[in-house]
Amino acid sequence: MTAPSRPGLAAGRVPARSETPGQVRPAGVQPAPERERKTVSVYGLTFSLPMLLWQLIFFLAPLLFLIALSFWTVRNFRMEPDFNPDNWSRMLGRSVFWEAYLRTLLLSASAAIVTSALAFPASYAIAFKLSDTARRWAIFLMVIPFFTSYLVRVYSWQIFLSDNGIINAALAPLGLGPFPMLNSDFGTMVGYLTLCLPLVILLQLFSLIFVDRNLVEAAHNLRCGRLRTVFEVVVPAARVGLTIAALFCFILTFGDFVSPLYLGGGDPPTLSILITDTTKSGQQWPRAAVVALVMIATLLVIAFAAVRFAYRERGR
Amino acid sequence: MADRTVLSGTRRQFLRSGAALAGGLLATPFLNRRAFAQPVELTMLAWYGHAEPDVVAAFEAEHNVKFKPKYYTGGDNMLGLIAQSPPGTFDVILSDAEYVQQLNAAGYIEELDPADYNFDDYFPEFQQFPGHWQDGKLFSVLTRFGFLGVAYNTDAISEKEASTYNVYWDEKLTGKVGHFDWHLPNLGQISLLQDNPSPYDIDEDAWEALQEKTMTLRPQIGGFFDYGGTFSSLQNGQMLAMAGIGDWITGTLERNGAKVRSVIPEEGGLQWTESFSIGKGTAKADLAKKWIQYITSPEGQVKSATMAAYPALIPNKDGWELLATEDPAEAKRQGMLLDDPNNAVELIRKGRIKYRQLPVQQSLEDWNDFWSDYKGA
Repeated sequence: MTAPSRPGLAAGRVPARSETPGQVRPAGVQPAPERERKTVSVYGLTFSLPMLLWQLIFFLAPLLFLIALSFWTVRNFRMEPDFNPDNWSRMLGRSVFWEAYLRTLLLSASAAIVTSALAFPASYAIAFKLSDTARRWAIFLMVIPFFTSYLVRVYSWQIFLSDNGIINAALAPLGLGPFPMLNSDFGTMVGYLTLCLPLVILLQLFSLIFVDRNLVEAAHNLRCGRLRTVFEVVVPAARVGLTIAALFCFILTFGDFVSPLYLGGGDPPTLSILITDTTKSGQQWPRAAVVALVMIATLLVIAFAAVRFAYRERGR
Repeated sequence: MADRTVLSGTRRQFLRSGAALAGGLLATPFLNRRAFAQPVELTMLAWYGHAEPDVVAAFEAEHNVKFKPKYYTGGDNMLGLIAQSPPGTFDVILSDAEYVQQLNAAGYIEELDPADYNFDDYFPEFQQFPGHWQDGKLFSVLTRFGFLGVAYNTDAISEKEASTYNVYWDEKLTGKVGHFDWHLPNLGQISLLQDNPSPYDIDEDAWEALQEKTMTLRPQIGGFFDYGGTFSSLQNGQMLAMAGIGDWITGTLERNGAKVRSVIPEEGGLQWTESFSIGKGTAKADLAKKWIQYITSPEGQVKSATMAAYPALIPNKDGWELLATEDPAEAKRQGMLLDDPNNAVELIRKGRIKYRQLPVQQSLEDWNDFWSDYKGA
């Protein structure tokens, strides 16, 4: 998280972007040459090497294998090494793939927006309105949902959302319903919220906590309305955290298989369901690899764009 | 000197008792093995439930065996698991009939000696089951089977209404018809509705017609479900009819009080079968053979019919008789009473049941691709 860098703002002087907050350079002192600052120490290398190795072994190597796999062929349910571009042309040439792609993109983008919008009032209230003790309790409560498996939580939603479920049973005496909620995009969205909402609230919260209160007070002193202060002072100040929270939500939902299947009824399928469909019938792992690689590429583009947006300098 | 002698004596004594202790310790496993022999591990590749205690406990106790199951979900998954494992990984392999030929063609299973198995106790229909024999050689022994028809909610639909596949198109079921997410049983059922005498052996025109007809069902569909999803959506009444399944799912729900049943419609039903083979390269072929002998014996057959995970019909006539004695209610519910003129075997004899199999004139890929298009439509 980048949010902890914010307290530096409390000094009253906004540091230049190239400076680490809290390390405001005294006048007349020249910055150290780039070369010196980039010296790699054995100490630093010792601690960063395991991470580098981990990434090489468990991310880069499987990724390269996945790329190679996407060119293999399947004969009699057995994969054979090959360099055959048919998997790519076949998958990318099918309308069902592009429909699932657009649907998944739309569902995940909607989830990121809806989750962020629903999470913000909660994280704002926890950050600005609660006492320290109450805030600690709120954070604790946000962590509790992760004690239970996501799959179990999604399954239990079926009891609430089905036509004969708890929500429709509660609405029936009022003459309302039954509303079809399960096996629909609404159901999928409920699952996505179950997956992401606590995490997004926590990520937003850790960003909002470090928003400089002086800026908020200054805005109020300058007769800025409460709502305007939120949107013109708090949100821009916490932009990095808010964007990263939304990005996490997008990434988690883009590849999620559980909610679209168990709350969306797999109808129509998302990319993750398309992957399982492709593998479970005919052992077409190479074609599933094509879908997976397109998903990874999409996530990389979106993640880079989001990070760039989050750290964009103001006014640019 | 005296000290040395004492020391030396002590050392000798120490070494002697040490050696005795070490020898005793080393011998302990052998003594233990003799007194409490370690169970032999037998690996089984199967659908869920086949190596659970309700089925295997008696055999394990009798032969001092411990099953190590690897469960799969579907024939393709099974073939993939074998292909990715070294030979000899699985001692016994349970397979659906349509995949036995694939197993055999790939050389994954051992040839069996027919004399080892009690085919004389089987109904004649199951003594030479297609696909299990190749050029007069036996490769797999049928252990259980079941029928696929229309699964329905008994509160919402009557048995008469459910007695045709056309019920899937009924207006009152819009959005309430589910698919068990596998193309073979679903397309097979609609192929039966299309009056194809051999539902999986159809020419290009019939295949085109089948696709067109299936597409007209799409607006009725409320979801595509895996094993767990099928269970829960029928249980909670979210789906009122389910295509592609039969008593193997509704029977389990029915036993637990859910208001669901399966019926074989007038257009006929499909038959799935499960059979055991011995994995190629196993070091425990003899024990694997004993297991197949056990599960196809009347005692094993009763356990198979009443398996907790999902019930099934059994091919052994003596097994039917034993089931009627031990659990007459289940024998009646599943249609396994010998004196019932409409029992399961009679349904087959009347020609109302067709085998589920892989497509004959089209490739499996064609059926897969259509199913993906249908799901995405």
